[in-house]
Amino acid sequence: MALGKEHPLHGRRKRSNLLLGAVLGGFVALVFAITIVKMAGGGSMEGYDHTIRYSIDPELKATEADQ
Amino acid sequence: MSDATVNEYGQDAQFDDYFALLKPRVMSLVVFTAAVGLLVAPVGVNPVIGFASILFIALGAGASGALNMWWDADIDAVMKRTVKRPVPDGRVTPRNAMILGLWLSVLAVGMLAITANFFAAGLLAFTIFFYAVVYTMFLKRSTPQNIVIGGAAGAFPPMVGWAVATGGVSVESVMMFALIFVWTPPHFWALSLFMNDDYTKAGVPMLTVTHGTRVTRNNILGYTVVLALVALGTAFTSIGGPVYLAVALVLNAMFLRGAIGLWRRGDSVAEADKYAAERKFFRLSLVYLFVHFAALLVDAALRGFAFMPQVPVVF
Repeated sequence: MALGKEHPLHGRRKRSNLLLGAVLGGFVALVFAITIVKMAGGGSMEGYDHTIRYSIDPELKATEADQ
Repeated sequence: MSDATVNEYGQDAQFDDYFALLKPRVMSLVVFTAAVGLLVAPVGVNPVIGFASILFIALGAGASGALNMWWDADIDAVMKRTVKRPVPDGRVTPRNAMILGLWLSVLAVGMLAITANFFAAGLLAFTIFFYAVVYTMFLKRSTPQNIVIGGAAGAFPPMVGWAVATGGVSVESVMMFALIFVWTPPHFWALSLFMNDDYTKAGVPMLTVTHGTRVTRNNILGYTVVLALVALGTAFTSIGGPVYLAVALVLNAMFLRGAIGLWRRGDSVAEADKYAAERKFFRLSLVYLFVHFAALLVDAALRGFAFMPQVPVVF
């Protein structure tokens, strides 16, 4: 059901909602930008996953890691 | 039931009220000093990472501001300077201020850890803890040393900024910390000299309340002398330079002159001219800090140009 009358309160809330939306949108954009920069920088994208892999520690010999 | 239910969240709290909880003016100073700490560091930082890091440091500072306003609502309600803050004014409930402060703290520290490094995030977490718990909950109401020790909270941001770039602490970041740390007492005591009534009413044991204005004036001078040594010493670290040295010489001479002026005055003289010198000293203290950090930035930008004279690095 549509509201019959606009109260000044609705205007204030609309402004608040738009601002909060902008902040959240900005945050998403920021996280996206950080992700792009981190990945472009070639940072390690492969974390430890309960097995030792020489791809995350080149010092290890392949044979050791495979065991 | 109307279509506008307001009572549960204070008097219709709006975005601006929650934003005011973050102490935007303190935040702007944090943004500035943290940015300087990051930019003068010898390690370059990707602009996106740098921008995001500064933002999260500011968010952490804002979060601790919200926690401070939650805890201090009773004090804020009786002080003229703070009575219009969202919590004492009834626009935001204390509980909501606390929730906002806690969650923003978690968000700021977590995001800084992901964006920059764990060391910087740990330092930011400690800063929030120091301001919200050590200063707000314990020191502020219990000792006239409140702002001396509490000043550390405000002094951490450039150190966090430096840590974002370098991942650690060094003599340069300690000097930036010391500059704000030693600057804080004369800055706040000058304020408390002409805001004494407020602090007395609120029962905050500021030095002016517990030991009187004579002791306060003596202490302002004492700290200003130490501050001059710290400020000039910073010129001889790797972040110092000719611009900073020149600026520090002029500003510290002015600040010392102001402090000696306050030290010579008594309350009767001060009351006669409505604390004109104290107000002037307070305003100068704001310029003092801003210009010192701006000069560090200028020197960082000019470094590497051959025509610039060098200041020897002693520390």
